[in-house]
Amino acid sequence: MVKLDVKDLTIRYGQETALEGVNFEVHENEIFGIIGPANAGKTSFLKAVNRMDMFNTDMKVEGNITFNNVDVQKIRNVYGLRSRIGVVFPLPVGLPLSIYDNVALSPRLRGEKNRAELDVIVERCLTRAALWGEVKDRLDSLGSMLSGGQQQRLTIARALSQDPEMLMLDEFSIAVDPVTTMRIEDVLKELKSEVTIILVTNLVQQARRLADRTAFFLGGSCVEVGVTEDLFTGEVKDQRTRDYVEGRFG
Amino acid sequence: MFEATQLNRKNQSRQKWFRIGLGSMTGLLILPVVLILTTLIYKGAPVISFEFLFTGPTNGMTAGGIFPALLGTVLLVVVALLASVPLGVAAAIYLSEYAPDNWFTRAINLAIINLAGVPSIVHALFGVGAFVIFFKFGTSILAASLTLAIMTLPVVIVATRESLQAVPMAFREACWNMGATRWQTIRRVVLPNAVTGILTGVILEVSRTAGETAPIMFTGAAFFLPLLPQGVFDQTMALSLHLFVVSTQVPGMPESLPFGVALVLISMVLLMNSASIALRMYLRGKKKW
Repeated sequence: MVKLDVKDLTIRYGQETALEGVNFEVHENEIFGIIGPANAGKTSFLKAVNRMDMFNTDMKVEGNITFNNVDVQKIRNVYGLRSRIGVVFPLPVGLPLSIYDNVALSPRLRGEKNRAELDVIVERCLTRAALWGEVKDRLDSLGSMLSGGQQQRLTIARALSQDPEMLMLDEFSIAVDPVTTMRIEDVLKELKSEVTIILVTNLVQQARRLADRTAFFLGGSCVEVGVTEDLFTGEVKDQRTRDYVEGRFG
Repeated sequence: MFEATQLNRKNQSRQKWFRIGLGSMTGLLILPVVLILTTLIYKGAPVISFEFLFTGPTNGMTAGGIFPALLGTVLLVVVALLASVPLGVAAAIYLSEYAPDNWFTRAINLAIINLAGVPSIVHALFGVGAFVIFFKFGTSILAASLTLAIMTLPVVIVATRESLQAVPMAFREACWNMGATRWQTIRRVVLPNAVTGILTGVILEVSRTAGETAPIMFTGAAFFLPLLPQGVFDQTMALSLHLFVVSTQVPGMPESLPFGVALVLISMVLLMNSASIALRMYLRGKKKW
């Protein structure tokens, strides 16, 4: 089933075009990788999905993104859309709240006040993000004071606390050590059965390890979309894709 | 291999002279503060007593205490704060968190900066026109406090806006991405982390308000009143005006009395500033990112 359908998507910032004429589909319960060098338009794409263009008057989105068969540009309750999509940023953002409050924030925004219920959610999400063991005795300490790798797992726990239908990760491993990266990757593989995952990464090998299908963005356009393994075994339609995954540029 | 070259030596000696020069300028800066304080304490301290602080002036103000003026200043500051803090904080939140970046917002910001630059005597005349005459508050605590409030509004707005903007954008974006509204984000993440700066800004503003003379002279502060004010529509005495009066307007004034008044006024201001600094240090100790 198609979870996210992108048609003729073009994103502009003032006169600058960040992304032009992009088409692809993301299927339910798959990990969809997006690879490509800096300035390819990867992050702009994620922003458009989550309707963050509302906070940036420069940003203009044309074309259609349909999430669950609904055009996101036509959704009036954007808060409902955003709460169904969890986002993880390149640099971990531990909010300056306690670890507990970081994870309980999203349920609280939804109106959940029952402490016992919140306790359950916090433990479940921290466990799923492979962080519970390290922080269970100090849930009151500040989330923003954790180490980078822990904060990134906290961010993932916070995204999971939204009970998202889709998870978008934007180069999550930039500020994370290799061991933590592997642990998070394992978490993502497990999560796949429940949520759809869009994985933006600048590590082509990470895309190969995790993604079922992968899109290659370059300079504001989508060069190629295909089954990940095909891109790496040379079954590509565009020579630039092969050059990129083999590390010859970018 | 580490012998100093000609250039190394030149750079190092230049660095030394700059350090000495800049340091002595800083030392010079402290001098007036020290001189003012020692003079005030030396000449004013002898008159300070419980009676001085808590009784009214007698004998044509050449004797007795300053209680009506002290009380008046406190009243003026409190009423001014009640008006300027809610207004200023609300405006700052709007400007920082909601307002789109367009010519209109920029015009408002420019107006605020200009408002801060308006001389206090001009504020005084505005206060007379607006509060005393137009709103018919008469010369009263209310008129004087509102004039002070208008005058200090820019300080509150700027301090609040700066502490709001010191909260990293990434925190807001993380919240928005979760489906939080702007207000939920402000309420749960931005304000709790900006409150330190807002508080210190407000306290600094208080200390400024306490010392102002011009804005209250025509709007509600009186030369001498035999009775304490009974409400906000009464006039009041105030420390700053009282200091002006006892040092220039009354013949036969004992020399120490004006110094005593000045010492009380400056102690009040210093006390509040120290409280602000202490608060800031305490809260900075709990810095959250």
